[in-house]
Amino acid sequence: MTTRLIFLLLTLLISQTSQAFCGFYVAKADASLYNQASQVVMTRKDDKTVLSLMNDYQGELKDFALVVPVPQVLTEGQIHIGDAKLFKHIDDFTSPRLVEYHDEDPCSPPVMYEKMMSAPMPTAAMPQKAKSDKSLGVTVEAEYTVGEYDIVILSAKESDGLEKWLQASGYKIPKGASSALKPYIKQNLKFFVAKVNLKEQSKTGSKFLRPLQFAFESPKFMLPIRLGMINAKGPQDLLVYILTEKGRVESSNYQTLKLPSNMDIPVYIKDNFADFYKALFETQVKKQNLRAVFTEYFWNMGWCDPCASEPLSPEELKQLGVFWLEGNSQQGMGMPVQVTRLHVRYTPDSFPEDLSFQETRDTENFQGRYVLRHAWQGKPEQCEAAKTYFEQLAKRHEQEAKTLAELTGWELSDIKKKMNLTDAPDKESTDQWWKKIW
Amino acid sequence: MKYHGGYFIYTVRKSDIRLWQLLIMASLLLVGVWFRDFSLYPAQIIFTFAAGLITQAIFLRLFKLKQHGFLSAIITCFGLCLLLRSSTLWVHPAVASLVMASKFLIRPQGAHLFNPANLGVVLGLTFFPETWVTSGQWGQDLTTALWLIAAGFFIGRNAKRLDITAYFLVFYASLFLLIRVVWYGYTLPVFFHQFQNGALLLFAFFMISDPMTIPRHHKARILHAAVVAVLAYIWQYQLYWNQGIIWGLFWATFLVPLWNHLFPAPRYQWQALSGEHT
Repeated sequence: MTTRLIFLLLTLLISQTSQAFCGFYVAKADASLYNQASQVVMTRKDDKTVLSLMNDYQGELKDFALVVPVPQVLTEGQIHIGDAKLFKHIDDFTSPRLVEYHDEDPCSPPVMYEKMMSAPMPTAAMPQKAKSDKSLGVTVEAEYTVGEYDIVILSAKESDGLEKWLQASGYKIPKGASSALKPYIKQNLKFFVAKVNLKEQSKTGSKFLRPLQFAFESPKFMLPIRLGMINAKGPQDLLVYILTEKGRVESSNYQTLKLPSNMDIPVYIKDNFADFYKALFETQVKKQNLRAVFTEYFWNMGWCDPCASEPLSPEELKQLGVFWLEGNSQQGMGMPVQVTRLHVRYTPDSFPEDLSFQETRDTENFQGRYVLRHAWQGKPEQCEAAKTYFEQLAKRHEQEAKTLAELTGWELSDIKKKMNLTDAPDKESTDQWWKKIW
Repeated sequence: MKYHGGYFIYTVRKSDIRLWQLLIMASLLLVGVWFRDFSLYPAQIIFTFAAGLITQAIFLRLFKLKQHGFLSAIITCFGLCLLLRSSTLWVHPAVASLVMASKFLIRPQGAHLFNPANLGVVLGLTFFPETWVTSGQWGQDLTTALWLIAAGFFIGRNAKRLDITAYFLVFYASLFLLIRVVWYGYTLPVFFHQFQNGALLLFAFFMISDPMTIPRHHKARILHAAVVAVLAYIWQYQLYWNQGIIWGLFWATFLVPLWNHLFPAPRYQWQALSGEHT
């Protein structure tokens, strides 16, 4: 309990002295870890929003249908085809990261850090298709072909009618869609509906669909997630990257929590960081009964410390919808772009309504960062300080094992086995105060 | 408060109900900081109390109000810590000082106008940098909600002002149910999700129920609750701005002198045995 308060205080002090980072970035846990992960980039300033939807649809292209409630009839100019590479870049930039330090030689205090180490990213399962087959409406307000997509903008008066219209028009929509559509219709929202134009698609020469982007104005800062749940089978993962001008973004209708971060974990995790992070996230999600939104990253877009990837360039940011950057001059720490990465795992029951957001005026950086500390490779006999060092080291290893068990829910005994820790050999005796006297 | 040795519990039960309120708010703060991940630094809590209480003491001396105490000031400080978030260390104490001063300086009809914690949040959001309110901080945990209701009920009943809490919740829930559930077709789980929010219950039981800043007459309190509910609903669900309940109460406050004028009734007195009369 007290440690939490102390920890808060410590981070405060550290952030105020803006201490430079001196560890090395070695691995990241990116979006490819999660099955059924949808990825969305939202760029927002005032009421202006640019939404980019990553398309990792893997089924038959002719069966693809996407339905998104939008606040107004979008013109062709408001719709754009994005570049999947940008998603990869923003994912890499904001991923939880593993860093490593090497203990100093206790016998000769001056420090030299070793060369940068790099570990290959553990291979993860390919993401499964995102659930995006949805239903549509009654008045066709507009029709466009943009890139490989045939797009219609619909408005509807009745949800039943919309559901029927969609089915009749050959869109594969799940049964029961009408009740989910009703609240949007009653609030006069329009529906952005896309399917794949197979002829145009073949011209792109790629079997993957490119991300769809659209720009619109609305006082609502929200993401309609409910439509995607109609035919969901298990929990779904959503990664939202939000680019704003001033501060951290959090959910205004669900609890937003920061994931446990900046913790020392055993060095063997270096080879299975992906498994570690998956287990950590799973544990946290379960602890909150799938009812919370998790912040994985919040930082100014101009810099990073340590960097999991280079910051996005002004040109890349512009492509993601950052319309308020003037020229390329505004780079570095003072860049007026902040990136928040939110990770949600939800079920229809645990997230009964769409995600709403608010931009806070919080500018304090946060990242998912896990630390490996390599032990000094010496012997206790080398000097007096070395003896103390090894005593401390044993305690530290115990603590790392406990931390790892708490974070991931893994068995403490298994962790200790992997760390080659014998079960507290003479923990008792080192703690006995009289040992220090004689 | 005097020390009564072994009779402490007995004395508390009979004494000022604000003591209970204070204990409940303190435990909420502890629960929040430790189990709910409130992003609040211990230094912010300390500075809030230091600034708030010092300001209160200065004004008490200035106005030579010996019979006034610090209980309400402490409660206000707890309220600010529970609601306001800032990444600076100076905003909390600055806001605490301002709202304490407001109690002594803004007094139409001889009583302070603004609910101090409410005014503090509004000032913080409007005039201070790096300051915000996290309405989702409580989570939708049913147990938290139930506990808040029970605790709030206890205080409300003792303060004999639970009526406004009930009126407000009934008006606000009716608006939500009629417009969003019946007309728009949102499901009932959406309603429960919104109404199990700790922020709403905290507001209903600990903020709007402050007997000093709501209308004195029973009928006027019904009107006041309705105005707050309508303003909060419009702010939150029609304009899509945040913290509807906080702003609803703030704007409705300007009508309180009018209600008190139209429906005259005696001022509320804290039922205190602790020698404090505000």
